[in-house]
Amino acid sequence: MADSANFALRCDNLHRYLGQDDARVHVLKGVSFEARRGQVYAIVGPSGCGKSTLLYLLGLLDQPDGGEIEINGRKMSNTDDLARTAARGEHIGFVFQFHFLMLEFTALENVMMPMRKLGRLSLPEMTDRAHSLLASVGLGEKTHRLGTQLSGGEQQRVAVARALANQPSIILADEPTGNLDVKNSALVFDLLTRLAKENGQAVVLVTHNPEIAQRCDLTRPMRDGLFV
Amino acid sequence: MSPNLRIALRFLTAKKRAMLMSLSCTVLGVGLFVLTQATTSGFEEFFIKTILGTDGAMRIEDKIQDTLRQMTAGGGSDFQISQRQGLKYIEGVEEPKLIINALKDFSNVSGAAPVLRGSVLVRADFKNESAQVFGISLEEHLKVSDLGRQIVQGDVATFREQPTGALMGRVLADRLQLSTGSSFILEAQGQRMRFTVSAIYETGVADIDKLRVYVHLSEARSLLQKPSGVSFVQVNLFEKDRAPQNSIQIQDVLKHSAKPWQEREKSWLSTFRALRISSAITVSVFTLIAGLAMFNTLAMIVLEKTKDIAILRSMGYERRDITQIFLWQAGIVLAIGAFLGCVVGALSTLGVSYMPLPISGIFKTETFVVSWNIWHYVEAIATAALMVMIASLIPARRAARLEPGDIVRGTAQ
Ligand SMILES: Nc1ncnc2c1ncn2[C@@H]1O[C@H](COP(=O)(O)OP(=O)(O)OP(=O)(O)O)[C@@H](O)[C@H]1O
Ligand SMILES: [Mg+2]
Repeated sequence: MADSANFALRCDNLHRYLGQDDARVHVLKGVSFEARRGQVYAIVGPSGCGKSTLLYLLGLLDQPDGGEIEINGRKMSNTDDLARTAARGEHIGFVFQFHFLMLEFTALENVMMPMRKLGRLSLPEMTDRAHSLLASVGLGEKTHRLGTQLSGGEQQRVAVARALANQPSIILADEPTGNLDVKNSALVFDLLTRLAKENGQAVVLVTHNPEIAQRCDLTRPMRDGLFV
Repeated sequence: MSPNLRIALRFLTAKKRAMLMSLSCTVLGVGLFVLTQATTSGFEEFFIKTILGTDGAMRIEDKIQDTLRQMTAGGGSDFQISQRQGLKYIEGVEEPKLIINALKDFSNVSGAAPVLRGSVLVRADFKNESAQVFGISLEEHLKVSDLGRQIVQGDVATFREQPTGALMGRVLADRLQLSTGSSFILEAQGQRMRFTVSAIYETGVADIDKLRVYVHLSEARSLLQKPSGVSFVQVNLFEKDRAPQNSIQIQDVLKHSAKPWQEREKSWLSTFRALRISSAITVSVFTLIAGLAMFNTLAMIVLEKTKDIAILRSMGYERRDITQIFLWQAGIVLAIGAFLGCVVGALSTLGVSYMPLPISGIFKTETFVVSWNIWHYVEAIATAALMVMIASLIPARRAARLEPGDIVRGTAQ
């Protein structure tokens, strides 16, 4: 248990079935995983092996059919929706694989959205922080563009900035560089690693990019619902 | 601005057409509600005003006999004894002065006037008509009725100065082809007296305008050979709605039957009430449509925004926030719709009030009668709010129940 202080995120023997009746699939077959503060983890594996499914469970967006999840030492498996929602807002920054932004809102508003909910900062502080986050993903010029007026890669970078908004201790990113060119991939990846080192955040990212996977502190290959 | 309200506004403006649709339904619902209420209660109020202005808020007639003393109505007297509702009554008010004096102690009583009534035959040059003569004491009677304002030919001053003057109903005067200044004969119990038409009145109530001839009380006394006593005392009240309670007290104290206008005009009042209920049902259908339109719009927005809901939930927005976001949308549409609906309702009420619609019989009017009452607007808004909120609760709660995991996997329905 002395160790658990260092773990931002832990899961043990996670099982998840998806689909109904005949189409029911055993997607995660007892996955265990832990992420320390200040470390960057890569989850790699073939398409359909269950990476996103695992990330949704770790991000408390979905509930496991078996197993335990701990966020900053607190068991989340048996908690109610309200507690999981609060943990998401406070401790977790999530970047989805697809569909990143609320398209009727500007880049700035998207980044401010989690801050407004958490309500820790004053409005000028939120605005300042959103501006600097957007600048750090290379979008300092496009803060007032609506989601619909941004390219896929730009939307993805706004989503990364938004995931960082509340300074969560855990950042979960499902292929955060999937749509990005080499230069912007490097920008986003460097940002995430720098934050992990500077702020002691745990970063877990799913990637198909071997170069990126290689630069992470730890790579966990996954196959058919299990780490190998 | 709260984050939820901000999000609600943005969602709404993104779906302009659907929003305008439910907005116009709300406007229509509220507007029609106001208009129907204004017209139905307009006629009702006008009817009440007419009958109150003619027959007063209360009538005191028929002495209640003290059954213990077994009092008989003196041998020579014309007053008859009759029995109603287990109580014995002696017809008429024998001591109107005492009654009128005693009425001054009731704070809600604004006036009381003696009336002597009798059946007569009106003889004019061409024709005879049977009618009723009402002997009144003019100054007092003007305080308990709108008779002064119901004059359509001649004026009350003439009547005041002419001892044998008479006020004749418009319909009766037309039938007898009499106009101001013409003379006619009233005949009762073999007694004949000549009168002059001082003025012609019109209440709009056909039964009154074709029947009643008002003359001075003293003249009526000699015509009907009743030197003392009257048929009833007409009473007016400051607060007309308290007539039933007041009549019970008055009946207790004065030992005379006191009939409030609500009881006197029961049949018409219940007709109006039925009318109001039936129009309320119709109108509820309109607001129901507003509710359905809102349901439709919100259900659509929820469907289109499931991914945004998942994003919001992933950022720490609670189920409650999601519900609120959608209820805010309904609330915004409702607020704008209710305001515009009231404006539309008021304008159409105004428009309808100029619409020509000659009616006479139970009252007289040339145009649609409308009533301006703030409560119609309050009721309209409240009904629309109820409908819209019930209708929007369903999609809003559905949105809140969506699991973010299901949404992002695309299996949410
Ligand atoms: N609703 C569902 N019903 C049944 N099976 C499902 C459902 N959703 C996903 N799956 C299956 O679960 C498995 C894991 O899906 P998941 O999205 O986690 O894969 P992934 O590793 O993220 O793949 P990719 O790299 O393509 O994103 C896949 O085999 C998929 O077919
Ligand atoms: Mg995936």
